[in-house]
Amino acid sequence: MNNLILSSTTFGVVISVFGFIIGMELKKRFKTALFNPLLIAILLVIAVLKLCHIDYSNYNASAKYLSYWLTPATVCLAVPLYAQIEKLRQNLVAILCALTVGALTSLVSVLILASLFRLSHQEYVTLLPKSVTSAIGMGISEELGGYSSVTVAVIILSGIFGNVSGDLVCRVFRITEPIAKGLGMGAASHAIGTVRAMEWGELEGAMSSLAIVVSGLLTVIGASFFAKLL
Amino acid sequence: MKYIRQMAIILSVTCVAEILKYFIPLPIPASIYGLVLMFLLLLTGLVKLPQVKETAEFLVEIMTIMFIPATVGLMENWDVLQPILLPLIVIIPVTTILVMGVTGRTAQWFLRKKEKQK
Repeated sequence: MNNLILSSTTFGVVISVFGFIIGMELKKRFKTALFNPLLIAILLVIAVLKLCHIDYSNYNASAKYLSYWLTPATVCLAVPLYAQIEKLRQNLVAILCALTVGALTSLVSVLILASLFRLSHQEYVTLLPKSVTSAIGMGISEELGGYSSVTVAVIILSGIFGNVSGDLVCRVFRITEPIAKGLGMGAASHAIGTVRAMEWGELEGAMSSLAIVVSGLLTVIGASFFAKLL
Repeated sequence: MKYIRQMAIILSVTCVAEILKYFIPLPIPASIYGLVLMFLLLLTGLVKLPQVKETAEFLVEIMTIMFIPATVGLMENWDVLQPILLPLIVIIPVTTILVMGVTGRTAQWFLRKKEKQK
């Protein structure tokens, strides 16, 4: 079975895409945030791999062609951002202040929770960059001496959690302005959250893309300082 | 031809970003250099919106499914997550909700203050 899968250049892509389509159908039918297409796709793919005893590496031998497009697609986030250039210029101060406060909130909350759970220094720095996009977070974690593979896992889980819970969080915090919703999503859940913000609207999506970049850069600077605190 | 030209521009910017990443040793991924570079190119008019629009929108639209393979990879990393599983079950939701809420509320406060001033 594993050899059969390994010989295919499309198997991983096909089950990933079908998992996502099933997720979209379920969401259409049940209309609840829990039926998040991305989350369902991931769980379905894991279930298929486990049930058919397929190794992750064999799945990824073809699924990696999906991952390949992540870098060019992230570059393309500049396009919806540019389309909102007027809104960006008009609200530059509000946007930068909100993202600075957001990045600090992330660092401070990890510091407090890590000390409550008595995590080691190495575990603490592993979690410090948890809100930023995975490639930046992985770099920060390595730089500070954390476990970078755990960092990536935690970043992805934060992204999925934000993607799924974003609607509810905005309702509870009574965040209704499109710019504010987008910035919140991007600051907390990077690119995985941004795909949800894109569904909310063009302005939300653009602000979320902007937040990925700005929060990422602020965290590069902030994390090296915060690393000394625990 | 339109799509070939658009793809050529997008992949060229990505390639230049990867070269930048190689020469600038910061923990910043090529994709972020590329995003900033593409934004600057559009801002200065060196690349016009119609020269990248449809292909860029297509890639952004299908971006969600690009996250599936890496996330499925978590099944491999399960043993590294296990020792700190309990703290993580608390830390991931709490910090994610806090960051989203605080960032959103701060932005909203600034936006509404500005509106009142008008």
